Amino acid sequence: MRTMNETGVERSVGRQGELLLEVRDLRTYFHTFKGVVRAVDGVSFDVRRGEVLAVVGESGGGKSVTGFSVIRLIDDPGRIEGGQILFCGRDLMTLSESEMNRLRGSEIAMIFQDPMTSLNPVYTVGQQLEECFRLHTRMGRAERRRACVEQLRAVGIPNPEARLNNYPHQFSGGMRQRVVIAIALAADPKLIIADEPTTALDVTIQAQILRLMVRLVREQGRSLILVTHDLAVVAESADRVNVMYCGKIVESGDTRAIIDRSAHPYTDGLIRSIPSLEVDRRRLDTIPGIVPNMFELPEGCYFAPRCPRARDLCRVREPEPVEIAPGHAVSCHFPLEKSSSQREEVR
Amino acid sequence: MALVEVRDLVQRFELDRGLLGGLRFEGGRLTRRLRVVSAVDGVSFHIERGEIFSLVGESGCGKSTVARTVIKLLEPKGGSVFFDGIDITRHTRRQMLPLRRRVQMIFQDPYASLNPRLSVMETLTEPMIFHRVAATPEEAEARAMALLERVGIRPEQAGRYPHQFSGGQRQRIGIARALAVEPELIVADEPVSALDVSIQAQILNLLMDLREEFGFSCLFIAHDLSVVRHISDRVAIMYLGRIAEMGDKRQIFSSPRHPYTEALFSAVPQLSGGRILNAPPLEGEVPSAIDPPSGCRFRTRCPRALPLCGESLPAAREVEPGHTVFCHRVE
Repeated sequence: MRTMNETGVERSVGRQGELLLEVRDLRTYFHTFKGVVRAVDGVSFDVRRGEVLAVVGESGGGKSVTGFSVIRLIDDPGRIEGGQILFCGRDLMTLSESEMNRLRGSEIAMIFQDPMTSLNPVYTVGQQLEECFRLHTRMGRAERRRACVEQLRAVGIPNPEARLNNYPHQFSGGMRQRVVIAIALAADPKLIIADEPTTALDVTIQAQILRLMVRLVREQGRSLILVTHDLAVVAESADRVNVMYCGKIVESGDTRAIIDRSAHPYTDGLIRSIPSLEVDRRRLDTIPGIVPNMFELPEGCYFAPRCPRARDLCRVREPEPVEIAPGHAVSCHFPLEKSSSQREEVR
Repeated sequence: MALVEVRDLVQRFELDRGLLGGLRFEGGRLTRRLRVVSAVDGVSFHIERGEIFSLVGESGCGKSTVARTVIKLLEPKGGSVFFDGIDITRHTRRQMLPLRRRVQMIFQDPYASLNPRLSVMETLTEPMIFHRVAATPEEAEARAMALLERVGIRPEQAGRYPHQFSGGQRQRIGIARALAVEPELIVADEPVSALDVSIQAQILNLLMDLREEFGFSCLFIAHDLSVVRHISDRVAIMYLGRIAEMGDKRQIFSSPRHPYTEALFSAVPQLSGGRILNAPPLEGEVPSAIDPPSGCRFRTRCPRALPLCGESLPAAREVEPGHTVFCHRVE
C-alpha cells in the first residue's frame, strides 16, 4: 500500500527493490548580489536499488543542482539550506566533510557532461584510474594494474593495456566518456549520478554510451540518477522520472506513465514539442513564453503564466503533489486526463 | 532551373603550413609529409526554389564545411557551384558582393552572431541600407519594425541590445536579420541545437511559416534527425565528407537503404522507447578525415562490407526517382 505523508511525499511501502536513497524536502539556494535563487526548492524523491531514475527538465529547472546536492558538491554562493538526504539509512547532511569525501567515489560516483574537463589533462588515463583503486581498495600494485586493464576493457576500450599510458587528449569524445565511466565504476559504487552524460556526444556514440551505462548499472544491481534535458533519452533508458520546473518536481512516476499519460501540462507540453522520427506532424505544439526569471518567480504555480489550462486558483495557490495513480504524482490543480486516443496523434 | 547546383565539391584543409610544417622523423630520417584533412570529397546536390534541403550527419562529417564552401566563405578546392545559373566557383570577393544580399545565414549561437554594440533596430537596418533594399533610413526602420513583429519581438524591444534577450529571442532576431535583405537562399547552420526543446519548437514553427510566406530556399544543417525530418523537403545524409544517401524526406525516413542511414536512425532515442537498448549497435567511431579509408568511407564500420568496398568508390545508384544511394550493396 502507498500513503502520502504530511508533506505530500510519496512513501513506498510494498514496492519491489529496497530503498537506497531517500531525499526529503531538499532545498538548495544560491545567494547572489541580485537576490536569492531557489534552485532546488523542497524536492523529495527515492531511488531504489537497481533502478535508473531520470531527472528531466529544461535549463534552469534545477535538475543538475539536485544531482550535485545529493553528494553535497555545492559551492559558494550556493548552500544546501535544508532537507534530508538518507543514503543507506545514513543522513548525508550530518556527515563531516572528510566523512563525505570517503563516501564520494566509493559509494556514490559522479559522471559529468564534458569528459574533457572531468579528466585531468596532465595525468595518463591509467594513473587516474589507478588512483581510484588506490584510494578505495586495498589492492597491491600489480593487482591494481590488472584491475585497470579489466576496467577499461569492461567499458569497451580496445587495446586497454596500451591505452592506459595515453593522456585524455589522445582519446575521442566517446572514448573519454568511457574512461570517465570506468573511473566512476572502479570503486564499485552503489549509486551513480550522471549529469547529461551523453549530451556532448554524437547520436551513434550516445547510443553506445547509454547502452553501456544501463547495462553496467543493471548487471551489478547499482542505481543511477540520470540528469538530462532529453525526454527521448529518458524514454529509452530510465525506469522512473522526475520532471522538474523552476526548482520543483512537478510530476514523477514510471517512465511509461509519464510519457504516455502525462498529467502535468508542462510535461505534456515538453512531449508535444519534440519532433518525432516516426510520425509526421504539420506543426509542433509549443509551450508559449519562456522559463520565468528565477529572481521574480510568479505567485502560485510557477508554470501558470505559460499554462494553457491555468485558472485563477493557479495564480494564487501553489499546487501540492497528488498521487493520481499508484506511483504517479503530479503537482497541478487541474491535471490532464486525456483519453489514450487523443494522445496517439502525438506519438 | 535549381537555385543552387553543386557538382563534385571538394574542400581540403592543410594542417602543416609553412616551410618547416610537416617535418618529422620517420625511421631515423627526416621526412616532410603534409597532412591534409579531406573534409569534403566529391559532394553533389541541388536546391530547388522554395525548398528546404537538409544536410545531416554526425560531427566531422563535413556538413558545415559544405555550407560554408557553397556560399564561398571558404574557397572550393574542386568541383563547381552554381547560384541561379551563375558559376560562382571562381568568383572573387568583389564579384560575390551583389550575391551576398541574395544569400543570408542563420547561425547556431545567436549571441555570438549578433553585434553586442548594435541595438536590434540597428542590426536590422544596417544590411538594408548597405544592400540598398531600403532607400531611406525611415523606410528601413518601418520594414524592420514589421519584420520584428513578424518574428515575435515586441516593437518596444527594438531599441534593446542582444544581451537583454533570451536565447530563443536572439535566434528570432537572427532570423529577422537574415530576412531583412529579402534573400533567396538562407543557410541555417544548426539554428536550434543550442535551444531548449520548448523554444526549439517555437523557432522551427517560425522558420516553416516564414518559408511559406517569403518563399526562400533553405540549406539546413543539423545533426538532430528528428528536427531534420520535421522541417525538410529533401535530405542528404553525410558521412566523413561524402553523401551516403539523398532523397525526398519521405523516401529517406520511411525506406532508408544505406547501412549508415539505417544505423543512424536506430541510434536516435524516441519517446516510444525500446530502440537504443535493444537495437544492434553501430560499433566503433568515425575514422579520421586526415587518412580516410579507401573506397567507401563507411566500410570500416559497415556490417555488410565486401572486399569490393575497399577497392572502389561506390557510385550513385538511383533506387527510385530522386532517391540516390552510394553503396555497393544496394542494387
